[in-house]
Amino acid sequence: MDGAAGHSSDDGPRTAAGAWAVDENAPLVTRTRSEREGPVLDHTPAAVMDRKALRINPAKTCQPVGAMYAALGLHRCLPHSHGSQGCCSYHRSHLTRHFKEPVMAATSSFTEGASVFGGSANLLQAIDTIFTTYSPDIIAVHTTCLSETIGDDIPTIVSKAREDGLVPEGKHVFHASTPSYAGSHVTGFAAMVAAMVNNFAQAPSTKVPRSRRRESTPQITVVPGFVEPADMREIRRLTRLMGLEPTILPDTSGVMDAPQTGTHDFYPSGGVTLEELRNLGRSVATVALGRWASRAAAVAAENRCQVPREILDLPIGLGATDRLVGVLRRRAHQEPPADLLDERGRLIDLMGDAAQHFHGKKVAVFGDPDHVIAMTEFLSDLSMHPTHVITGTPGAAFEKRVTQILAERVPGAKVKASADLFLLHQWLKNEPVDLIVGNTYGKFIARAEDTPFVRFGWPVLDRFGHTYFPTVGYMGAIRLAEKILDALLERRDRDAPDEEFELVL
Amino acid sequence: MAEVLAARRGQVTRTGPAPTDLVCDRRSTAGSVSQRACTFCGSRVVLYPIADAVHLVHGPVGCAVYTWDIRGAVSSGPQLHRLSFSTDLRERHVVFGGERQLEECLLELIDKHSPSAAFVYATCIVGVIGDDVEAVCRSVAERTGIPVIPVSSEGFKGTKRDGYTAACRALEQLIGTAPTDGIARASVNLLGDFNLAGEIWIIRDYLQRMGVEVVANLTGDGRVADIRRAHGAGLNLVQCSGSTLELARMMQEKYGTPFRRVSYFGFEDMAEALYGVAEHFRDTTMAERTRELVIEEIQAALPIVQDLRADLEGKRAAIYVGGAFKAISLVKALRTLGMRTVLVGSQTGNAEDYRHLAVLCDPGTVIVDDSNPRELAAFLVEQDVDLFIGGVKERPIAYKLGVAFCDHNHERKIPLEGFVGMVNFAREIHASVTSPVWQFVPRKEQARGTSTFSGKRS
Repeated sequence: MDGAAGHSSDDGPRTAAGAWAVDENAPLVTRTRSEREGPVLDHTPAAVMDRKALRINPAKTCQPVGAMYAALGLHRCLPHSHGSQGCCSYHRSHLTRHFKEPVMAATSSFTEGASVFGGSANLLQAIDTIFTTYSPDIIAVHTTCLSETIGDDIPTIVSKAREDGLVPEGKHVFHASTPSYAGSHVTGFAAMVAAMVNNFAQAPSTKVPRSRRRESTPQITVVPGFVEPADMREIRRLTRLMGLEPTILPDTSGVMDAPQTGTHDFYPSGGVTLEELRNLGRSVATVALGRWASRAAAVAAENRCQVPREILDLPIGLGATDRLVGVLRRRAHQEPPADLLDERGRLIDLMGDAAQHFHGKKVAVFGDPDHVIAMTEFLSDLSMHPTHVITGTPGAAFEKRVTQILAERVPGAKVKASADLFLLHQWLKNEPVDLIVGNTYGKFIARAEDTPFVRFGWPVLDRFGHTYFPTVGYMGAIRLAEKILDALLERRDRDAPDEEFELVL
Repeated sequence: MAEVLAARRGQVTRTGPAPTDLVCDRRSTAGSVSQRACTFCGSRVVLYPIADAVHLVHGPVGCAVYTWDIRGAVSSGPQLHRLSFSTDLRERHVVFGGERQLEECLLELIDKHSPSAAFVYATCIVGVIGDDVEAVCRSVAERTGIPVIPVSSEGFKGTKRDGYTAACRALEQLIGTAPTDGIARASVNLLGDFNLAGEIWIIRDYLQRMGVEVVANLTGDGRVADIRRAHGAGLNLVQCSGSTLELARMMQEKYGTPFRRVSYFGFEDMAEALYGVAEHFRDTTMAERTRELVIEEIQAALPIVQDLRADLEGKRAAIYVGGAFKAISLVKALRTLGMRTVLVGSQTGNAEDYRHLAVLCDPGTVIVDDSNPRELAAFLVEQDVDLFIGGVKERPIAYKLGVAFCDHNHERKIPLEGFVGMVNFAREIHASVTSPVWQFVPRKEQARGTSTFSGKRS
């Protein structure tokens, strides 16, 4: 031990200026920063060291929060965290910080006793409390590292709850297994959506005759993935434009972007309904958008009700949206309407108009695998160079897919799954980029490296309004392209010397 | 009366002729949508602001992510505490144990950042798989020569309050490990101030002007070297009593350091805190300086506050915060603004604080312990409040109801402590309460009987 006795006030003066102006326009904040060199937020050394164990500045979080978000997209469902009280509290806070919405979820409030004897008593009491007090139609239980490790058998506990009469007639309890030590928030989301299918979807009892099927609008299931409520709404619009009636599974629109009414609705109006879930078997197909977040549910629907599955990328950017429209076209037996073709045309128009600004710009992309894969393709279509691409979620398929997308245009791109933002930052110190695209956590790197930054994905904790605007579909791609251009051109204006500071760009 | 969970009836009361003693300090009912967090959360918020230490969260990645830079605990120097370090335990560690992973992480971390100390937080799973965190910490401390302190903060062990205790135990291990030469007689430690938005600098400035030396900040803008000699201070000032009162009691027992419970919110409590310090050191010139300071500060602040009060007079306020001791200060501060507290509660208040609140508040005020969103929303509507003071989970409920809001928790962005803090508090409340947005809230339009699309604004 170093036995240091020195008072650490030599870090710089730490006193606030006692005298502050008594005037209406006085700054609201009175604080004093170190007057010497400012504090250094950037603790990342450029030299990339081999780390065997340590995770610094993670690019993922744990499964339960994804399960909670998915369950919020089920109408009149209360998500339930089977674990310690803190898990539920953290997930609710984190979701609230992104969506700026109240997030309702209950917890088993584990105690020391539960960790020894199991959490059965807690879950039974919780089910009773929830139905008598909050009267949801459905309780969606997800597990945590703690309940998984002590080995709670949720189906058995839920059966006991039913036997004991704790589950009122017509109400439901189901669960997804989401230990925090496996996968990431994305796989937790996937597990909960798959659990919805496995617990409620029914195979249609009688085959609807082909002739009758032709008469009414065909139904299709779309699993949108871990995206914004606005994305789910946009996917619904796109699907309807293509002449199909979608079941969006799950659907957080109208829940996590509920309008201001002056009342606090415990269960807002949105969410996929139980009726829709039961009728998944009537869909002509299940379209999974994003392999990581949505594939499991599509496989489940195929197994349970013989609905064929289509696994696509998240429809972010031109190519991926084209592929979605292609599948919908095939399933609807209908050509895309003129309105949709116009949207596509406007996107290509913008890509052409601004091509010189996109061209050759180096980009670092990070976030959830489905988002990052689609974004990488879009950036590449914009003639940009995604040179550094990571996700925190584990999975070798990610590296393979991204490398394949970039094989021609950016052959030397650095791609890594199960990575963290500390590593990405080290890479960027050695090889700077023109733009960073990712969630809020990228702001530390963007600031340290003075690099333009576009917020994209989840979570966005420091901006507002993102839940209202889609990034999927042609319109979403237009919005993303605009955001990227704004970031690049703001920087150009900022850095231009007076003589090169131009009115028209 | 708004709907209250049957099992929670004892945790809600109303002031009046026959108020009942509040049942508190108990576990939340399983299945309740509680606003509370866990033991880990309690430890993490207390220790997190120590800026030259590394804070390693031993467990799956989530617990480290949810506590990554979520609190504006400002540091004037190192920013190491703002990084997120996790052992990122995976399935194989759950099966084979995480001790090796922890040791490797610690060694890598200490090698990379050369911190003054390391705190290792145990999460739920560590308690179940049986890692000997203490042994690993001991061995790494020996190898690296810095204090490596285990924090026994497994989430299931109790409430946030139990996490405070675990944090105090961890601090206990640091205190008393460095010489105290040269510390003035008139010296204090600041306990339970986390320097949100730079608040502790305001308090340090007042103390400096009074002639009082501050030995250690516990823990806002805290430094390991200061904390190690904290036992040399003449007095502990304990704010946010829930989190560090236990440390103060421990220091009194072990080192004979006396302590005073203080609050830096509002004119009354801020002045009382400073006078209390002068009184403690029985120094008449210090007392005189303190009087001058208080007069000077209040003279500067009062006109602004009174000006704002004109618009706030008679407005109704609700408070739901972490600890009830803070709520007491807020009730008084709101009174300074002419506002009446009609609902007050906390996550972790104790019986004594609630009794104090019951005496302090006007008749008819609802007092709640460990409340939940449905209950809070119902009371907010029933009590027809104009302002809600709370934290991250309360904010969107207020906004959904069309009620003004002030964050008095982690996410406050302006200093609310001190005399200047009272001005900031008044300004923030004024800005939110008088915002034009609330007139557009459909519920209020309907109540007023105005037609939204008539083209007229009432």
